[in-house]
Amino acid sequence: MAVTVRTSPTKKAPPPRPRAGKWRTRRSRWDLKLSPYAFVSPFFILFAAFGLYPLIWTAWMSLHRVELSNPDQMTWLGLKNFTDLLGDAHFWNAFTNTFTIGVISTVPQLLIALGLAHILNYKLRGRTFFRIAVLTPYATSVAASAIVFAQLFGRDFGFINWLLSFVGVDNIDFTNSKWPAQIAISVIVIWRWTGYNALIYLAAMQAIPQDLYESAGMDGASRWQQFWHVTIPGLRPTIVFTVIVSTIGASQLFGEPMLFGGGGSPEQGGADNQYQTLAMYFFERGFTDQHLGRAAAIAWAMFLLIVVFVAINTLLARRARSAN
Amino acid sequence: MLSAHRKTAAAVAALVAGSLLLTACSSTSDEGAGNGGQITLKVGVFGTFGYKEAGLYDEYMKQHPNIKIVEDSVQNDSQYYPALLTRLASGSGLSDIQGIEVGRIADVTKNLSDKFVDLNTLGAANVKDTFYPAKWASATTSDGKVLGLGTDYGPLAMCYRTDLFKAAGLPTDSAAVSALWPDWAGYVKTGLQYKAKAPANQAWADSGSGMYNAVVGQSANQYYDASGNVVVSTNPAIKNAWDLTMQLSTQGLSAKLSQFSPAWNQSFSTGSFATIACPAWMLGYIKSQADTMSGKWGVAKIPGGAGNWGGSYFSIPKASKHQKEAYDLISWLTAPAQQTAMFTKRQAFPSSQTAAKDPAIAATTDGYFGDSPLGQIYSEAAAGTPQAILGVKDGAIRDLIVKGVTRVEAQGQSPEDSWSKSMADIKAATTG
Repeated sequence: MAVTVRTSPTKKAPPPRPRAGKWRTRRSRWDLKLSPYAFVSPFFILFAAFGLYPLIWTAWMSLHRVELSNPDQMTWLGLKNFTDLLGDAHFWNAFTNTFTIGVISTVPQLLIALGLAHILNYKLRGRTFFRIAVLTPYATSVAASAIVFAQLFGRDFGFINWLLSFVGVDNIDFTNSKWPAQIAISVIVIWRWTGYNALIYLAAMQAIPQDLYESAGMDGASRWQQFWHVTIPGLRPTIVFTVIVSTIGASQLFGEPMLFGGGGSPEQGGADNQYQTLAMYFFERGFTDQHLGRAAAIAWAMFLLIVVFVAINTLLARRARSAN
Repeated sequence: MLSAHRKTAAAVAALVAGSLLLTACSSTSDEGAGNGGQITLKVGVFGTFGYKEAGLYDEYMKQHPNIKIVEDSVQNDSQYYPALLTRLASGSGLSDIQGIEVGRIADVTKNLSDKFVDLNTLGAANVKDTFYPAKWASATTSDGKVLGLGTDYGPLAMCYRTDLFKAAGLPTDSAAVSALWPDWAGYVKTGLQYKAKAPANQAWADSGSGMYNAVVGQSANQYYDASGNVVVSTNPAIKNAWDLTMQLSTQGLSAKLSQFSPAWNQSFSTGSFATIACPAWMLGYIKSQADTMSGKWGVAKIPGGAGNWGGSYFSIPKASKHQKEAYDLISWLTAPAQQTAMFTKRQAFPSSQTAAKDPAIAATTDGYFGDSPLGQIYSEAAAGTPQAILGVKDGAIRDLIVKGVTRVEAQGQSPEDSWSKSMADIKAATTG
């Protein structure tokens, strides 16, 4: 009698599945496959309704002439709104202002935040208090802080002008000049965001292993050299993150310049549009002048500019990383 | 499987979430007359309309115990109007009664007539004759719908600081001051005289834009012609107003403030200017900004002749759920008796010609403004005002030219450059 050698491991035949269990196992299969999607769906449903749909509708509007007084009537224009923007002096003025205010507010902010984080990293007395204190400006409302700072920068009775009078400087009309206004707005932004970025850097700094500093110290590196050659490289991903987030925030700057002017028509950013940012220009065209189609084109142009900025940022970061 | 404890927790959570959803989705209704409950009427205005301050809301609420009036006021029409347009476009967030400034009423009658209630359907034809014809006509559409009841008028006068005039050797009595400036050239000349004697931080006028608005208000032809075309760049009246204003701005006679800004509000208490063009509604502003200056102001005639600046309307959006009650309120507030009270208490000049004929109006004075014959000055100005041709974007055009004045005064731009920029801005704003 031939003995058949079973190569497969011994297996009992599975018992026949009971009828009732068929539904249950199908449900459990669905549970495994579909419940992750179910858990994230609330966010995506809300995003689709309040984020994606307006994005697409704004793009659609930007191809038409639409007026706020009659939003249902849309006249097809093709890309005319966008080509008009290219020759629109107001648009490029707003773009330049956004760029300059962005640079003046972001660069000092991140540098100060870096320095603050380095100091807060030391074992100071009451360091928890200091760490909370740097975050309090972030907790104030944009409107309240902008209005108070606008008062401080007032021409005749502002605190800043009063301080400047002690060093012999005449009253500066912050609201009606270009660079003083942009610097004043940048001060408001720096005041708000420095603490926030400082704490992000601090958290990243605390993840840098202590023995790196010790070995650098043993090699004879001074404090400054340790900071430059140990701390900064360790913080590189964090720095890239904060730069990207600050860039996106700076391109959308709206509240602080809007409330800085006071008086009628604040969205015009001063009598000569000298501190009008892209977001304010979009608001002026869309809601003050009632040209929704043109405003939609400005909004999409802003979006594309932000994408370009972030792409440049990422490219530079990748180059810097690969050069290491 | 869920344990029994977890099952109960899950059931409770589902119940709470469900009931929260239900409350969120249910609409609050305060339908009044049907179930005899309270009706809340929301009144949306800008600046200081003055009805609340004059106690008229309280009086109405006493007469109608089931009505509650809530006023919502934004500082400036330039922020109020775009917000109103957005709410009209979406159909929500509107008040039962919305104030409309005269610079915007043409936009309402031409473009937004389907979003506001035709007040004829609520009985407005009965009150038509009590209003000035020009005021009534501006709120009427081409097919006869009446979209607003006039609240106040803005006949022009010139307010001046009696104490500062005295210190500079100028007369302080209203009639004598009016004689100083029969025309705008006289006003500028007196200003230069004042400047020579006044301290360095005391300017003649608060801002060139006040004078600009006054001069424009003295002309029937303003930013639009009768067919609805923008004529601002060719209308000699506007260029004349600009040139006169430049005489003020380029000779250091202005305090370079932006009207209706926080700094401008402050300047009333600190007294950094001696004169300000004051339509009747400006008096309320002056009083509310600086109580300490009571008795230090006077009112004289405006140089150049009668004119009008501002004035508003009350309209009812179709989205209002209490149109009948809202109409009752606005017709009461704009009735001749209440308009007279508004002038005697708040110096808001009536848009009702019936009220304007009331002898109480002509006899009105106010202690804040010394013994200046306010009522007389404003009545004469109202009677002589030319009827202006209004246009759809009057408010926006005015704001852009005022910006131009600020550029010359406070930013040192040349008048020619500033004028060209204003014209370019106006073109961008008015062409679709």
